[in-house]
Amino acid sequence: MGSANGKIQASGSANIPENKHRREQRTPTDWVVDIVIWLLVAFVIVAIMYPLWFVIIASVSNQTLVNNGQVFIVPKGFSWYGYEQIFADDRIWNGYMNTIVYSLVGTLINLVVTLPAAFALSRHEFHGRRLVMLFFTITMFVNGGLIPTYLLYKQLGLIDNWLVFVIPSAVNVYNLIIARSFFETSIPEELHDAAQIDGLGYFRYFLKIVLPLSSAIVAVIGLYYLVQHWNDFFTGLIYINTYDKQPLQMVLRDILLANSAFAGGSGSTAGAGYGQELADQIKYGVIIASTLPLLVIYPFIQKYFNKGVMIGAIKG
Amino acid sequence: MAPRKLGFIGTVKRYWQLWAMALPAIVFVAIFNYGPMYGIQLAFREFDFTKGLTGGEWVGLKYFKQFFDSPLFGTLMANTVRISLWTLVMGFIFPIILALLINQIRSSKVKGFVQTITYLPHFISTVVIVSMINLFLKPDAGVLTRVLGVIGIQSDNFMGDPNLFTPIYWITEVWQHVGWNSIIYLAALSSVDTALYEAAKIDGAGRLQLIRYVDLPAIMPTCGVLLILNMGNVLNVGFEKVFLMQNTLNLDASEVISTYTYKIGILQSQFSYSTAIGLFNMLINFAFLVIANQISRKVSNSGIF
Repeated sequence: MGSANGKIQASGSANIPENKHRREQRTPTDWVVDIVIWLLVAFVIVAIMYPLWFVIIASVSNQTLVNNGQVFIVPKGFSWYGYEQIFADDRIWNGYMNTIVYSLVGTLINLVVTLPAAFALSRHEFHGRRLVMLFFTITMFVNGGLIPTYLLYKQLGLIDNWLVFVIPSAVNVYNLIIARSFFETSIPEELHDAAQIDGLGYFRYFLKIVLPLSSAIVAVIGLYYLVQHWNDFFTGLIYINTYDKQPLQMVLRDILLANSAFAGGSGSTAGAGYGQELADQIKYGVIIASTLPLLVIYPFIQKYFNKGVMIGAIKG
Repeated sequence: MAPRKLGFIGTVKRYWQLWAMALPAIVFVAIFNYGPMYGIQLAFREFDFTKGLTGGEWVGLKYFKQFFDSPLFGTLMANTVRISLWTLVMGFIFPIILALLINQIRSSKVKGFVQTITYLPHFISTVVIVSMINLFLKPDAGVLTRVLGVIGIQSDNFMGDPNLFTPIYWITEVWQHVGWNSIIYLAALSSVDTALYEAAKIDGAGRLQLIRYVDLPAIMPTCGVLLILNMGNVLNVGFEKVFLMQNTLNLDASEVISTYTYKIGILQSQFSYSTAIGLFNMLINFAFLVIANQISRKVSNSGIF
């Protein structure tokens, strides 16, 4: 590094835009490297996008054609059959509704508990902060394990209780650290001085000044929590026994993996043939239907992800 | 400015609002994270249904011995370590390669497009991912089965073949998380001083040399820390995905410590035995973490503690 620094000095005054500069110096190797890079990028795009695209076209295609390998780029033998069945199925709706409730209530609790704590821990005059941080960080490496957790939840009456989806997961230490780093680095200290002069306590300073300036981090953290709740399968598997309370992911498991009979009466595992093919179409449709909310909001919030992860990376 | 010598009680009184804001989080973590830790003593006790979590007789290391002597011990350890290490190494290398690759794209629009696409699978639920794997790898008819057949990789039943469980696991794991995990390296790369590139080019460095001598050293510290953090999870293979991918045919290769803990703990109610296995798992994790940290400190002078 030492010698490199010396050279920066030497070339530091050369104020040429980077792109032009690079183009001037292209060697044959550079061309080869460029071509290889573009091929690799194209490969990555196809490898990641194609499976998702295939699910979409398979969900509206004739399954015989899908299984014969005739559906590759566009749907063939167009049919809404899968989606019609899904719309007519109570289990999906039940799971969907449950998951929406669990996700929204859960995320709200997450934010209400995590953000004030992250703010408090970002204040240097908070004397307990090192101790409290240690208290939180330890839990990233040590935990009680499945059975002690299960027995504790049982004592607390959380077994087969919908609160198990929203209460125990109230704080995610990783998200807390991200939010704390944001408050530390992005909120100017002068604001606090001004607030103090105006006689604002920490509560009002946080609510009236810090929060309105922190919409980016609230969005990122909120989204992390929301996705976590939406995709939560484990909690339903371990702690919920009643069908009415099952979240979407458990319903999906039953339909997609356990192959349990669908409303259309076609899901038996043994007899392949016609019934199994229709079951497959339903499966492709269910994959889309359950992932759709995410696919719809994803493009709008994607730009925040870089920010969120980078903020977390600073002091993670 | 605040007076210097307030003492602990004094500062709590003065900054009670900050304590009040942190309190809910502290309470939740105390109950739901530390509560179960208190229950770890179950690993050394005979669980008694009538006396609850901590009422049973002390039995010392009985349940640990039972686990070490169990015929399943070898298989479980081998499966867990095999799946973990493959996922660890591949899940570590590919995001770095992808970040270096994305960093080479000069058009910011294309860059953004590639990033958007590669992050997307990270947000899909495990249940959906596993069902996609099942559908794509269906014997004969699956779309991936066909493609693989064309390039000469054949199997009667991919999901039922114990030898293929680990590759399917780590490849799909990389597919799902490679983009997301590359973000942190991209962050490190974006902070490289552009003058460093200029300097290297004046020295006659080509594109590959720039990657080798500027980009790679720039992300090394990040690599170190991430590797350490991941090492701590070597025995912690994600329960959900393995559990969902398991079937009776591949069980020899797919039963891992976490799925076994679930089966004997939750399904068979052998609470003490299951707790002991969980604790053993955590201790090994911790050992891996410490070892990796020591190595990283010696080699790259960066560690997490």
